Amino acid sequence: MASEGHQQHPLRVYLWIWFLLFVLSVFSYLVDYVGMEGYLKWTLITLFMLMKAGLIIAVFMHMVWERLAIISVVLVPPGVLLFLMGLMMLESNHTLVMRLTFFAN
Amino acid sequence: MANPGSHGPGSPEGVRGLVSDWSSDRRVFNVPWGKAMMWIFLLSDIFIFACFLVGYMTMRMSTTDTWPDASEVFALHVGGQQVPLLLIAIMTFILISSSGTMALAVKYGYEKNRRMTAVLLILTALLGASFVGLQAFEWTKLIEEGVRPWGNPWGTAQFGAAFFLITGFHGTHVSFGVLFLVIMAVKVVRGALDDQRPGFLTGRKGRYEMVETLGLYWHFVDLVWVFIFAFFYLW
Repeated sequence: MASEGHQQHPLRVYLWIWFLLFVLSVFSYLVDYVGMEGYLKWTLITLFMLMKAGLIIAVFMHMVWERLAIISVVLVPPGVLLFLMGLMMLESNHTLVMRLTFFAN
Repeated sequence: MANPGSHGPGSPEGVRGLVSDWSSDRRVFNVPWGKAMMWIFLLSDIFIFACFLVGYMTMRMSTTDTWPDASEVFALHVGGQQVPLLLIAIMTFILISSSGTMALAVKYGYEKNRRMTAVLLILTALLGASFVGLQAFEWTKLIEEGVRPWGNPWGTAQFGAAFFLITGFHGTHVSFGVLFLVIMAVKVVRGALDDQRPGFLTGRKGRYEMVETLGLYWHFVDLVWVFIFAFFYLW
């Protein structure tokens, strides 16, 4: 289907993904509208975010129909960003503790 | 494009395909080079936006002040009551709609349906332009309320810095996307892609794959908004 880089897929697939993106957006807006708090809120926001991102990359950007060579070039390097995020979480936690210990009031 | 014997119907899939694509002493990616380069560009853009978001996270996690409540900051006054995050919700739906029209433009482009491709490209550009318009409205509203990169009336001083940098950089991406959508729409209407006419700037022959490459950029802009919406506005 995707030989020579051509991407032709039935209209139905696009309309379905479009509809799902709308529904997921409504859900993530509802999380705020209903006023959820704490871990439930953060989990749901992250879940809906990843699902939307996945649908956009996989179908709208045609990633599921590409060969593994291009998929791995695009999707593997951003993994190091999770490592950066982890480091910065440790760092900012440390800063926060220092500020609370030595500067707060 | 001539690349005999590679990536044909008989070539292996999955991990075996990955190894053979990289090791067969020929072009690795089976896509037009413009599309491969767009993916590389988007990869670099992922890192830029991720650095902004990680910087924002570091700031927000390490501050002892309270972070302004986005739900109230971005509320709109409609019919006598405050609706939380309304403006941002509208902007989100506009951008998702534009992503849908773009995906369809790519589809009709490959079917060489000139009319539908042009109409959908123009529709995408209009939706993108209205997104930027709403963002300008949002910035104006916040600046009038006293938000500055160094302070704001509600809490942590860095809120404005993060807000203007992240949404500003994203808005710039959308604006350039609109510009390129209009250029591509004009090419399609003129029939430059059917005739493979060379472009005035780069001299590349017009092909409908170009619509898909532009589509990748546009979907990426929508993708970034998904993350900004979650981390900046909803968190």
